[in-house]
Amino acid sequence: MSGWAKKDLLGLEYLSREEIELVLETAESFKEVTTREIKKVPALRGKTVVNLFYEPSTRTRVSFEVAAKRLSADVINIAAEASSVRKGETLIDTGRNIEALKADIVVIRHSYSGAPVILARNLNISVVNAGDGWHEHPTQALLDLFTLKEKLGRIAGIKVSIVGDISHSRVARSNIWGLTKLGAFVTVCAPKMLIPPGIERMGVSVTSSIDEALKDADALNVLRMQFERDEAAAFPQAFEYFRQFGITEERLRKAGKNIVVMHPGPINRGIEMESNVADGPNSVILEQVTNGIAVRMAVLFLVSQANEAKA
Amino acid sequence: MKLLIKNGRVIDPANNIDETLDILVEDSRIAGIEKNIKNGAQKVIDAANKIVLPGLVDMHVHLREPGREDKETVFSGTLAALKGGVTSVLAMPNTQPAIDSTENIRLLKNIIKDTAQAQVYIAGSITKNRKGEELADIQNLIKDGAAAFTDDGASVENEELLLNALKLAKANKSLIICHCEDKTLSGKGVMNLGFTSTRLGLRGISGESEHKRVERDVALAQKIDCPIHIAHISCKESVEIIAAAKKKGIKVTCDTAPHYFSLDEEELLGYDANMKMNPPLRTKEDVSAIRRALKDGTIDAIASDHAPHTINEKEIEFDRAEFGVIGLETELAASVTGLVDAGILNWMELVKKISFNPAKILGTNKGSLSVGADADITVVAPDVEWAVTKNGLVSKSKNSCFLGKKLKGRVEYTIYGGNIVYQFSCSQGPSARIGGAAAKEIS
Repeated sequence: MSGWAKKDLLGLEYLSREEIELVLETAESFKEVTTREIKKVPALRGKTVVNLFYEPSTRTRVSFEVAAKRLSADVINIAAEASSVRKGETLIDTGRNIEALKADIVVIRHSYSGAPVILARNLNISVVNAGDGWHEHPTQALLDLFTLKEKLGRIAGIKVSIVGDISHSRVARSNIWGLTKLGAFVTVCAPKMLIPPGIERMGVSVTSSIDEALKDADALNVLRMQFERDEAAAFPQAFEYFRQFGITEERLRKAGKNIVVMHPGPINRGIEMESNVADGPNSVILEQVTNGIAVRMAVLFLVSQANEAKA
Repeated sequence: MKLLIKNGRVIDPANNIDETLDILVEDSRIAGIEKNIKNGAQKVIDAANKIVLPGLVDMHVHLREPGREDKETVFSGTLAALKGGVTSVLAMPNTQPAIDSTENIRLLKNIIKDTAQAQVYIAGSITKNRKGEELADIQNLIKDGAAAFTDDGASVENEELLLNALKLAKANKSLIICHCEDKTLSGKGVMNLGFTSTRLGLRGISGESEHKRVERDVALAQKIDCPIHIAHISCKESVEIIAAAKKKGIKVTCDTAPHYFSLDEEELLGYDANMKMNPPLRTKEDVSAIRRALKDGTIDAIASDHAPHTINEKEIEFDRAEFGVIGLETELAASVTGLVDAGILNWMELVKKISFNPAKILGTNKGSLSVGADADITVVAPDVEWAVTKNGLVSKSKNSCFLGKKLKGRVEYTIYGGNIVYQFSCSQGPSARIGGAAAKEIS
């Protein structure tokens, strides 16, 4: 496979358009595998993938685990939590120990932005970012791109609106980098306090009007509102948020177009969107989950190949 | 013993000298400064093609002792100073315990007496344990030699308290140094607030959190009509406020650190915690404003804000890493590179900012090469480029924001109290030479 030379996947900011397209193409062939009766290929046989999760996550962890297993890799899950931090082992030490166990790929989820970047700089084995703080969640954005391409046939020229807490969202950042690199038009929509400074310099339009965000949009990516976070004191009330920004059947109807509705999950039903929308004909939320496996298979495969070629 | 420094380009703002001269040092003082001194000196330094300046006076240094000797000690910190051409430092009081009482300042004075390799002036804290609740024992600290007062690391939140401190400082001819930061605005921020923090997904610290507090503190000094010094200014608006205050005749002085005129927030793109300090690296526009303010005289001094931290506190997740970088060993070269070489300051202007002015602000007799002055002298090879590496640093901590970068201007000799206390040597490596010399000194 040519065109991919990176040992790590840290974020879509760091990828070229060609590299993103390569992941999507590779994922397409892996998606075909998942429709077979025997859903397993030997591509990573004899390799070990370690899921190092410093933050609780079920869906992303399980998705990576399924992806690795379908590639015939051995998978080890470590819920690192803050406990080892308290015992004094640093992130880099933990990473070096995993490397010493002869693992090939570390998939890391961390509540602090940049943790995977720091880890990758200190390890020779591959590091895949499964979400870091507010920074990036590259495999989520790749599976969003994959799903959009499947539904709309292309990314270039489409209009995508990202709605929700942009300030604290790694999904938003990765999607913005990916979509703009592939030529989509992106609008972010949120209450003013949840729009981070300078976001327009990432190549997006900014609005606080949901109707404006829906107008002419081909697709919506609706973010989870995290009322449990520290910054939530500055958030609007959940009900108030739903009234102003919630995705309802009525709003979708008013916008006219047949808008594709995505959500990275887990959904707060009745806050970000009505149940009718989540379960309705426009929703591709479960297809995103299925596609996530093919995309993560592609990522694990590509970084592993690159690191092998380097060695 | 007599020491002769021959044929160097001598820069001495105190006497407005910028010419090739010889300097004769005798018994810890400068005995003569003129052309072609013929004298039977025991030791001669050939300073041809070198710059000879008064030893640097760094008015913002965290020596960490007592309390955090794993980061730095008075001994290791002053060795690092000498390697950087710095012969006088003002030690910040945020030690454990803080320098807030007679007992604590005497403890530090004893450590300095026993181990310091350079001149150490002591800053006392403004409030007890730097908590901002009640004033420290300011008058007694002055009696024990405190040269200035600051709660550095924190701003004094309570205006009434700071007003009282300013009154005491005025009555005793001492100086209040302000760390300007409104914590209600900076909060849990870890870097400059703006596009780059958005890109990195890190919590931001606005320029406002700094300059709003600069504005308040300057107004308080105006009210009391006493001098005030603002530490480590980093943003454009702070510069504007101080420039306007100076115009109005308010007795305000300020300093900045080399990283604020050398580096901008984009250095953080790799989440390198050696780029994490408080105030944070700002935008390119702020860097330009700081440079202009050095040129036009709004900024009086350059100080390192030398803030040592161990690897365990730095080579970790960016959010968890401590704020601060070391700077004693790089401040002169970073200034030569970022200011003189860049055509912003000439040598005379630089020496004012890095030696003469801070000495004056602190009310000391350092920072000059007048006959009779203390022989604290730095000899620099202005055109030599060198790379900053961990191994080359003598500070106990290695958290330099210039690691991996090349700087111009190498300290060749540092003379403190008439003795050559540091000499660059290729063969032995700087740390071997300085360690050896200093070890001999204290034994």
